[in-house]
Amino acid sequence: MKACEIAESLHAVPITLWDEDSRNTEYSAAFATDLMSDALALIQERPESVALITGLVNSQTLRTAEMLDMRFVVFVRGKYPSDETIEMAEEMGITVIATDLTMYDACGLLYQKGLGGIYGSHTA
Amino acid sequence: MAVILHKDYKVERDDYAAAGKVSSDIKQTLNSIGYDPKVMRRIAVASYESEINMLIHAYGGDITMDIMDDGQVKLVFKDPGPGIPDLEKALTPGFSTASEKARAMGFGAGMGLPNIQRVTDDFDIQSSQDGTTLTLSFRPAK
Repeated sequence: MKACEIAESLHAVPITLWDEDSRNTEYSAAFATDLMSDALALIQERPESVALITGLVNSQTLRTAEMLDMRFVVFVRGKYPSDETIEMAEEMGITVIATDLTMYDACGLLYQKGLGGIYGSHTA
Repeated sequence: MAVILHKDYKVERDDYAAAGKVSSDIKQTLNSIGYDPKVMRRIAVASYESEINMLIHAYGGDITMDIMDDGQVKLVFKDPGPGIPDLEKALTPGFSTASEKARAMGFGAGMGLPNIQRVTDDFDIQSSQDGTTLTLSFRPAK
C-alpha cells in the first residue's frame, strides 16, 4: 500500500517529507504500539517497508524509527508533534503523517484495505 | 585483533532531551564505514535500549565503541549506580521497575535487557550498588 493511500484511508494530514517519491513509497505491513521497546524487539524483517502507527508523539518515536531504518510514522488520536520532533523527522528523512482516528480505528481501516501485520497474517 | 576505530561518549544524568543521540552517532559511524546493515540494526537496537537504560535507571554514564579489524564491534556501557538489585528479574521479559517518566517516553515495558540480550552475540552484565557494566559484542555476518 502506498503512503498516499494510507494517508487517504486515515484522513491523515502529511507533516514531513511528502514529495512524490515519499507519497508513492510502498509499505507492505504496519505495526502499532505506544511502547518503543516492543517496536525495537519485534520489527525485524524489512523494517523499511513497515509503517509505524503510534500515539507516542515525541522524539523517542523518531529515534526508534531511525534505529530500525523505518521511514514512515503515523501519529494517531489527533496528536501533533512538536516543532523539534518535526525537525528531527525531516533531518532523518522520515515521513510523518497524523490522523484524528484512534489507534484501533486506524489499524482496522488499514487492515480492511489489505495492509497486514509484520508476520504477514492478513486474512480480511 | 586490532582496534581500527574507538569512540568515547558520555550520557549526562537526567538529560532526557539527548536520549538516543549516542546511539544515533554509533549507527551513523557504522554506516559511514559501510557496515553490514542487518548487523548494524542489531547494534543500533542494543545501543539505544542500553543508552535509555542509563538515563531511566542509572545516573548517566560512559559508553565506548570499538570496531575491530575483523569487523567485530564491542560496546561497553558503564554507569556509576545505583546498580540492579536482582539481575535475574531484570532479565525476565515484562519485569519492569521503570518510572512514569520512562513510560511517558515509550519505555519501561520490561523488554529492555531481554531485548538487548536477544540481538547481541556476546552479552555480559556486572552489577553492584557502585554501578553496572554492560559489555556487548557483535560479529559481522558471514
